[in-house]
Amino acid sequence: MNVIVCVKQIPDPALPGELDADNTLKRDGKLILDESDSYGVEMALQLVTAAGGGAVSLVSMAPNEEVSGLRTALAMGAEKAVLVSDPSLAGADALTTAKVLAGAVGKAGDYDLVIAGTESSDGYTGTVPEQIAEVLGLPSVTFAKSIAVDGDTVKVERQTEAGYDEVTCPLPAVVSVTAGVVEPRYPSFKGIMAAKSKPVENVTAADLGIESVSWAQSITAVEDAPAREAGEIIEDDGETFNKIVEYLDNLKVI
Amino acid sequence: MSTYTPPTDDIRFVMTHVADLDGILATEQFGHVDADSLAAVLDEVARFMADEVAPTNVDGDRIGSQWQPDGTVVTPPSFAPAYDKWVASGFGAMPFEAEFGGADFPWISAIAVQELFTSANMALSLCPLLTQGAIDAILAHGSDEQKATYLPKMMTGEWTGTMNLTEPQAGSDVGAVTTKAEPNGDGSWSITGQKIFITFGEHDLAEQIMHLVLARTPGSPPGTKGISMFLVPKFLLNDDGSLGERNGASCVSIEHKLGIHGSPTCVMSFEGASGWLVGEELDGMKNMFTMMNNARLSVGLQGLCISDRAYQQSLEYAQERDQGTAIGAEKGTSSPIIEHPDVRRMLMTQRAWIDAMRALTYTNAAALDRADAAAASGDSDEARRWRELADLMIPLSKGVCTDVCNEMTSLALQIHGGMGYVEETGAAQHYRDARIAAIYEGTNGIQAADLVGRKLAMRGGAVITDLLDEFESRAEELGAIDGLSTFADRLAEAVGTARTATAHLVEHGPSDPRSLLAASGPYLRLLGTTVCAGLLAKGAIAASSADDFDPAFLEAKVTSAKFFGEQILPTTAGLLAAVTSPADDLYALTPTQLL
Repeated sequence: MNVIVCVKQIPDPALPGELDADNTLKRDGKLILDESDSYGVEMALQLVTAAGGGAVSLVSMAPNEEVSGLRTALAMGAEKAVLVSDPSLAGADALTTAKVLAGAVGKAGDYDLVIAGTESSDGYTGTVPEQIAEVLGLPSVTFAKSIAVDGDTVKVERQTEAGYDEVTCPLPAVVSVTAGVVEPRYPSFKGIMAAKSKPVENVTAADLGIESVSWAQSITAVEDAPAREAGEIIEDDGETFNKIVEYLDNLKVI
Repeated sequence: MSTYTPPTDDIRFVMTHVADLDGILATEQFGHVDADSLAAVLDEVARFMADEVAPTNVDGDRIGSQWQPDGTVVTPPSFAPAYDKWVASGFGAMPFEAEFGGADFPWISAIAVQELFTSANMALSLCPLLTQGAIDAILAHGSDEQKATYLPKMMTGEWTGTMNLTEPQAGSDVGAVTTKAEPNGDGSWSITGQKIFITFGEHDLAEQIMHLVLARTPGSPPGTKGISMFLVPKFLLNDDGSLGERNGASCVSIEHKLGIHGSPTCVMSFEGASGWLVGEELDGMKNMFTMMNNARLSVGLQGLCISDRAYQQSLEYAQERDQGTAIGAEKGTSSPIIEHPDVRRMLMTQRAWIDAMRALTYTNAAALDRADAAAASGDSDEARRWRELADLMIPLSKGVCTDVCNEMTSLALQIHGGMGYVEETGAAQHYRDARIAAIYEGTNGIQAADLVGRKLAMRGGAVITDLLDEFESRAEELGAIDGLSTFADRLAEAVGTARTATAHLVEHGPSDPRSLLAASGPYLRLLGTTVCAGLLAKGAIAASSADDFDPAFLEAKVTSAKFFGEQILPTTAGLLAAVTSPADDLYALTPTQLL
C-alpha cells in the first residue's frame, strides 16, 4: 500500500517570527517540519508496515528549494518527496496551495491514501486537505483520531466535539489527522544518515501543468493577540467547590 | 525546572570556528562524514534530549533510584521509557567502529551528543557514559571473540557497562585493590571481592550488565603492577548467545548521596563470579588508562553541562523576578533583578565561563580525533603532536571545568536568592548534582598532580610553551580588531604569567617534588584559565568576520569572550604567588596548631 503525506516546512515556532509586507510569515531562514505533520508521517509509516509493504511519499511546497523539514520526515522513514519550489507561489492562499499539492500528488506516483494534518501550525487555515480532495475528486475524511485500512476501504474514527464518528470510506481518499493520532517516532541515527540519499524531486508550478498562478485572498491586517485578562480569585471558605461547579456549569462544560 | 534549551548554535560555532571541525573531516579517517549530516544529527539529538530526557531530571532527583531487598535496583519511573527511546535512536553507537554497529564518527560528535544528554539529565547520562568506557576498554584490549560477543549490544545500549575499580581501602590508590581472581582451568576465572561506588552497577534499564572488574591473580606483585582486568557479565551467556543463569555478582546496597540521585551508586559483591580476562594478565592498570582520557574529558564536560543547565534556569528567573528599583528605572517601580549590576555580573560570569568550557572541552576532543586520524594515516609525528596536546588538555578539561562548575551552579543558586536554597525551585539540584564531578574519575587533586607530574614533563615543558607561543601570536591578531585591544593586552599578560609559572615549576619541580605538588592546584587553574582565554580569542577573531551565523549571536560571542579576557583572565596574576611559593608554608603549622 502506498501513502502520500502532505507536509509543510515552517519557520521554527520557538523563534520570534516576522511578517513580510503582504502580512504573510517570512520564510527566508531555515524551515523545519511542522510538528502537526509529523503525526501524519508516523500514521502513514504504521499503515504501510501493517499492510506488509509499500512506500510513504511526501509532497510539499516551500520557497528556495528548502528541504530541512523534508529530511526530518525522510529520516523518520518516508522514501521520497516531491517539492514544489516556485517564487511565483510566495504568499499563495489555501486554494492555490491545494491545487499545487494536488498536482504534486499526481507526480508522486500511485497511491491508495493521501494523509494531511488538519491544519498547519503557521497558517492555521485548516482547509487545504479538503480542497485537495475536491481537486483530486476523492472522498475527504477529516479530524481522524485513528485510521485502519481494510482491503479497499479505510476506517476512520473522526473526532467530534461530543465524541467520535466511525466513518468507512472507499480508497483512495484524503484523510486529515489530528495531533495525537499516533506518537511520532524520533528519527534514528541510521534514518538521518539514510535520508541524505533519498530522492527529492524539485518541480515548479509549470511542471505540474499549473500555468498562471493568482489568488483572490489576501491578509488585510494583522493584530496582536489580546492580552490575557486577570482571573477571578476566590478565597476558599470551605464551600468553594460550589462556585467551581457553578463556573463550569456556566461554561456548559459539565 | 525541567525545561532545557539545547545550545545547538553554540555547539556548531565552537566545532566550526574553535575546534576546526573542517580539519577533522578533511582527514582520511573521518572524510566519510560531512558537516551537514552531523548538524542534522545534532539537531535531532537536541530535540530528543529537550523533549524526552530533560523532563525526567527532576523526577530523577526527587524519587531517585531505590535498592530493593532482593538486590534489584528500581530507577525512577520516567527513566526506562526515555532510555528505551535512546536505545532505539542509535545515537550512542555513532563514534564507534562500524564493524560492531557503530558509524566511525569523530569523538567530537560523541562529545556533542554527550553534552546534550548530560545537560538534559546528568544522572541518567552516566549509564551510557559508563557503557562507553567499557566499550573503549573492550575495543582496545578485548579478544576478537569478546568484541563480537559483547560490543554490538553494548553499542546500541541494549546492554550496559560498568567500571569496577574502587574498594573501601583503594580509592585514588587503585594499586591497593584486594579483589581476587582464581583460574578455573577452563579459561574463565573466579572473581571474589567487594567493590564500592559502582555507577549503574545494578538497574532495571537493560537486560544485561557487563562489569569490568580490576582484580589480583595468584602470585601477582603488589601495587598497580599486579592488577588484571576481567569481564564479568551479570548473566552468563548460553552457547546461542541468549542470557543464561545469573552470575555471582550482586548489588548489596546503594549509597545515599548529595546529588545525582537518579544514578544508583552500588556496592557490588562478587562471590566466585565467573569472569574472563580482558587483555593480558597484570596489564589491568595500563588497560584502564587507555579509556581514562576519554572518561576524564567526559567528566570535564559534565562541568560545562550542569553549569549551562543551571545558568539557563537562573537567566530565566532573573528576568521574571522583580525586586528593587534599578538605577535609571522610574521611581517607585519594581525592576526585574537582571537589571541590577550584581546580578548582571553573576550572569555574565556564568555565560563567559560556559563559552570557555565549551571551547576547552571540544578542542580537547578535536585533538583526540586528530591524533587518531594522524595515527591511522601513518603520520607518527603529527599523531604525537596532537596526542601531546590532547594529553595536556585532559587534566585542564577535567579539573578546571568541574571546579568552575561548583562556582557557576553556586552563582545560579545565588541569583534565586532565598528561593534558590529551597528545593522546589530546582536550582539546588544543579548545585548538588555538580559537586561529584570534581571528585570522581580522579579527584581534581589527582588531575593537578597529573598536570605537574606527567604533562609538564612532556618535552621538558615545551608542549605547554608551544601552546603559549600560539596564544601570544593570537593576542597580536586580536589586538588588531576594533574594540578588542584590551582583551589582547590581558591575554599577552596572562601568557607571560603562565610562562613564569611554568618555567618555575620546570626548574624547581624535580628537586622539590613537595613544592611542585603544593603548587599544582593553583597552577592548574592558572594554566587552564589562560588556555580558555586563548581559545575564546580564537572564537572572537572568527566571530568578528564570520557570516555563517546570526549577527546578534556572533556579537554575543565576541562580547562574552572580551568579558572573560578583561575581567576573569586577570585573576591568573593572583595565582602566581601560590604557584611559586614553597610547600613549607603549607606545613608551617603542625596538625595540632591547625585546630
